Amino acid sequence: MYLEDIVKALDLKVVSGEERLAAEVLGGYVGDLLSDVMANSKEGDLWITRQIHQNIVAVASLKDHAGIILIQGCKPAADTLDKARKEGVPIMVTDMPGFEVIGRVYNIIAAKKGPDPSI
Amino acid sequence: MTTNVLSHEIAVYENSFPVEGGTYENAGHVSSQIKALLKRMKISKEVVRRAALVTYESEINICSYARSGKIVLRVTPEHVTIEAIDEGQGIVDIELAMQEGYSTATDRIREMGFGAGMGLCNIKNFSDFFRITSEIGKGTHLKMVIRIDKDFDGI
Repeated sequence: MYLEDIVKALDLKVVSGEERLAAEVLGGYVGDLLSDVMANSKEGDLWITRQIHQNIVAVASLKDHAGIILIQGCKPAADTLDKARKEGVPIMVTDMPGFEVIGRVYNIIAAKKGPDPSI
Repeated sequence: MTTNVLSHEIAVYENSFPVEGGTYENAGHVSSQIKALLKRMKISKEVVRRAALVTYESEINICSYARSGKIVLRVTPEHVTIEAIDEGQGIVDIELAMQEGYSTATDRIREMGFGAGMGLCNIKNFSDFFRITSEIGKGTHLKMVIRIDKDFDGI
């Protein structure tokens, strides 16, 4: 599953990192506590959060996330946007609440991966 | 101080990176630099990932609580050693500070998603060796060692 497919499917607005939309999304992670995201998210994850300050760019970049989705109409702070553009970190925004975003992203990724063999 | 960059012949790299206290403006900058350096040394992804995490958490702690500080990176064929040394208020009760969920962070820090009382635990969990010492009114010194072992493919 590629980031651009998720952007299209959820009608997300891309505000930075447009050049990296061809990146593969390997999974997702949800969280507003940065230490939790640092410890538990994985490379290639799409990070869903409502934090908007510039430190999200450092976290996404250090963890090699595919991108960040800001939910519920949250907009990145000006310095966040500058940093994300400079570092090529894709940030997408949406008015959808987190619950809906997470569910839809999960379904897209799960559908692509096929049924869970453990079930 | 910078010694020779890791290569087939010379196997020690050491460098010190200053970290500004009291602001998050450049938070993560040193971690990004260290991550890029380790990647260039062809150190395994897993070791780089752990080193980046412990550096980031240490950097955030300096930004959050200290007046100033530095991160010292040392790489040998066997280990990545990261030390975070700050000048600051120090930690009153280290045992308490090491408890998951305990934090002295202000509301402002917490609103940004820091100060969840996870940082020091993360550092400990992602290191093979971890030591913390602190002196009230002077500062805190963290030392983390991550073993490269067989993962190391740089030499």
